[in-house]
Amino acid sequence: MTLYADTVLSGHYLVWGVISISVTNAAIIVAMVVVFVLALVVPFPHARDDGSREPRP
Amino acid sequence: MSAGGPVARTPVAGSWTAGVRSRISGLVPSGQVLPDRQPVYVASWIYVFGVLSLASFVVVLASGVVLTLGGSLWWHTSSVGLFVNSMHLWSVELFFATMVIHLWGKFWMAAWRGKRGLTWVTGVLLFVASIGTAFTGYLSESDFTSQWIAAEGKDGINSIGVGAWFNILDASQMLLWHVALLPLVLALIVVWHIVLVRRHGVVPPLDAQPREGEGT
Repeated sequence: MTLYADTVLSGHYLVWGVISISVTNAAIIVAMVVVFVLALVVPFPHARDDGSREPRP
Repeated sequence: MSAGGPVARTPVAGSWTAGVRSRISGLVPSGQVLPDRQPVYVASWIYVFGVLSLASFVVVLASGVVLTLGGSLWWHTSSVGLFVNSMHLWSVELFFATMVIHLWGKFWMAAWRGKRGLTWVTGVLLFVASIGTAFTGYLSESDFTSQWIAAEGKDGINSIGVGAWFNILDASQMLLWHVALLPLVLALIVVWHIVLVRRHGVVPPLDAQPREGEGT
């Protein structure tokens, strides 16, 4: 059946022993890690510097 | 009815309304409900993902309300229905992605420091409840995908002994959990989480100096 075949065979999978993950899900996780790292290293824009921020505790 | 005299402003001892008002106003320190000033360390992209999760959650709720009004025939057959259905799905994807990045950020800065343990725990509860809500959502698509997920998942649910009360083959039960019960639970925990964040403030980075008398 086409529907069955599409359900079972669609997509590509990365298989490493008992670990199996679709390429799509792996790509999303990698993208999230990239966004996380960028959030740590990319400077945050300072819209204004009028001394309105509280000092570091 | 008042005879034209001034209305008494002094709280009446034993009044439940005065008690509730006092409890609500005491939840968050004065000026911290919607603060316009933040410590300098908050000027970092890693502090943005909590509010991004919240923004995604608002879109999830709004698109979900529209889907509830239209019904499954509408979201499967009309172009507007398909668009709103896709908006609901992709806002959920963004919700989970931003929530997990928020989780990573808070885990690596040990965000439970400074009496913020309950804030961390409510975040964990939100994560778990969100997974359940998303699961019932995938079961409510009313298409072959939801049937396949229900048939594949029923043995797992039965194996933990809750299948009699949480029957994932019962589409109407799953739909009601998804559109009524779980969103209410999620919304309440979100409010609780945000009140705790506003009450204790955002957690400082690990290398920030603590205030006098504040634990790390």
